[in-house]
Amino acid sequence: MKKINILSLAVLLASGLATTAQATQELRLLTWGGYAPKEVVELFEKETGIKVKVTKSNNEEMISKLKATRGAGFDLVQPSQDRVASAQKAFKIYKPMDLSKIDSSQFIDSMLAATKGQSTVDGEVYAVPHVWGSSGLIVNRAIAADIKDYTDLCKPAYAGKVTYRLKRPTLIGFAFAMGEDPFAAYGDADKYKQIMEKVGKKLTECKANVKAYWSGGDALLSLMRSGETTAAMAWDAGGWKLNRDNADITFVAPTSGALGWIDTFVLPRKTKNEAAAYQWINFVMRPDIAAKITASAGNFTASKGSDDFVDAKAKAQYQESFSAKDIDNIKWYPPVPAGLEKIEGKILDRIKAS
Amino acid sequence: MGNLGANARLKLGLWLLLMPLGLWLLLLIILPHFELLIFSITDPEDGAFTFEFYFEFFTEPLYWRTFLRTAVMSILATILTLIIAFPVAFYIAKMLKGRSKGIVFAMCLIPFWVSELVRTFGWMILLRESGVISNFLQWSGLAAGPVELLYTDATIMLGLVYSSMLFMVVPLVSTLDSLDDSYIEAGYDLGGTNWNVIREIVIPHAIPGIVSGCIIVFMLSLGNYLTPVLLGGKDSLWFTEQIYTQFITRFNWEQGSAFGLLLLVLSSLIVWLGLKASGQSFTKTMG
Repeated sequence: MKKINILSLAVLLASGLATTAQATQELRLLTWGGYAPKEVVELFEKETGIKVKVTKSNNEEMISKLKATRGAGFDLVQPSQDRVASAQKAFKIYKPMDLSKIDSSQFIDSMLAATKGQSTVDGEVYAVPHVWGSSGLIVNRAIAADIKDYTDLCKPAYAGKVTYRLKRPTLIGFAFAMGEDPFAAYGDADKYKQIMEKVGKKLTECKANVKAYWSGGDALLSLMRSGETTAAMAWDAGGWKLNRDNADITFVAPTSGALGWIDTFVLPRKTKNEAAAYQWINFVMRPDIAAKITASAGNFTASKGSDDFVDAKAKAQYQESFSAKDIDNIKWYPPVPAGLEKIEGKILDRIKAS
Repeated sequence: MGNLGANARLKLGLWLLLMPLGLWLLLLIILPHFELLIFSITDPEDGAFTFEFYFEFFTEPLYWRTFLRTAVMSILATILTLIIAFPVAFYIAKMLKGRSKGIVFAMCLIPFWVSELVRTFGWMILLRESGVISNFLQWSGLAAGPVELLYTDATIMLGLVYSSMLFMVVPLVSTLDSLDDSYIEAGYDLGGTNWNVIREIVIPHAIPGIVSGCIIVFMLSLGNYLTPVLLGGKDSLWFTEQIYTQFITRFNWEQGSAFGLLLLVLSSLIVWLGLKASGQSFTKTMG
């Protein structure tokens, strides 16, 4: 009798827990640092009653996590645009977007159209744009004013004073600076391999100049802030963040072109709260909310009219880094075909081991 | 009859008690490794059986050299840890008594109440070019300009030795504790020098502790990911980093699985060789 009592109590408790879990809805968001600042999460909770659980990550980890769970564990993810179609084709981890649930009037039309086009697989659209930005150079202009392009990082004058990541954007940036067009070779594996081998050789020679390969954004910021390095290849937002503390340091668009990326909203295949995901997208694309995200992430969004809410300093920094010509010269990442990562991986391993 | 019933009940009880261990082994150790094995011998395109991922390890010098480097550095870290930890353990076990013993032992323990990540960042703050030590050297006039102490193999070694010190000290203290002081006194009475006593009495007694400490430290160093990645320089390749990259950035689970299993097999082989060389057996050390 006693046993039964305990058992029924346990069942009662468990069902009680289950109902409370249902009562407060939850949105599990897998995103980048800065894209879901506390202030915005709190405003969203207040308006909708939905709790937002934020997990910070990067492109590769997002795809790997979803690959491991076959698209479960999160309700909304934010990979970059070039990683949507290929990951969907290879691993089937995403779910098509129901565009009727999204308020498209809040988006900058050209960006929405571009993202839709690039993330279409078998006639279904998988992504809408959120934050965009670029990779280029962060330079301490007081010391290294003559660094104008990626390959300038290898100048002997800056031996031991340079940092960049050992990742694919570095390979692609250097390829452009060396007069190649890696994006045009995306479809031709042999040609791409040839370009990458050439870049690999250059980066191996350049290794003596590198102080350390940075991996996290904080590592980069502290290297530049402390003056341990004077030039880096990195994201624009990092340069602008440093610029607020030290006016000499800022983001410089390289002469061969900054590399442009768009981080998107995508539904994982086994999303449990699709409705909340759409609510979140429509909420953060409001111009005033989008401006708050710009303030925290440092990058601009695809939200129409949010420029009016962005603080003047951020706008001035952006204009200082990008002339009209620089903007036209941005090289936007096309969707990555499958298999390129293997070619790049080998090259990156060799550079590191050399 | 009644005896038999009690026996059967005892058996059932034993099985039930073993159940958590069995489930743990099966669900968290055996099954995942089995899945890794399946991954590593299946061709992702057509699902056929293949050994290509293992061949890749042996044919691409990059990979086996990285493994070799990792193994050699781990062995070196183990030896260094032993050399530093042995006097410490001896001091704690034999020289100190009562309260002060507890305090010194706790001092060895306290750094491990903080996560490994925080400890590693602590080293980074100390060692970097604009860090504490560099600034102190400049201030005291010992160095003319900023000194970079980070991003070298020596830094990795420092981090490894530091983070595994406790795992050497604890088994050493417990074996040395069980050594009767009168043996040491007898050694001196018979005219032995310090060196004689250590070589003939202390070390032979402490061998099980030394070996088990070495095994733990070696395995921890070999499987360490944070320390080499954060403290290591631009040339620092660590095998676990390779496994991480294969799984996470390359999406190449098959290669990652093969590397993971190779790490398991090769490191077990090294431990086995170490046991053979020191004339110890695994059961003797652990029991």
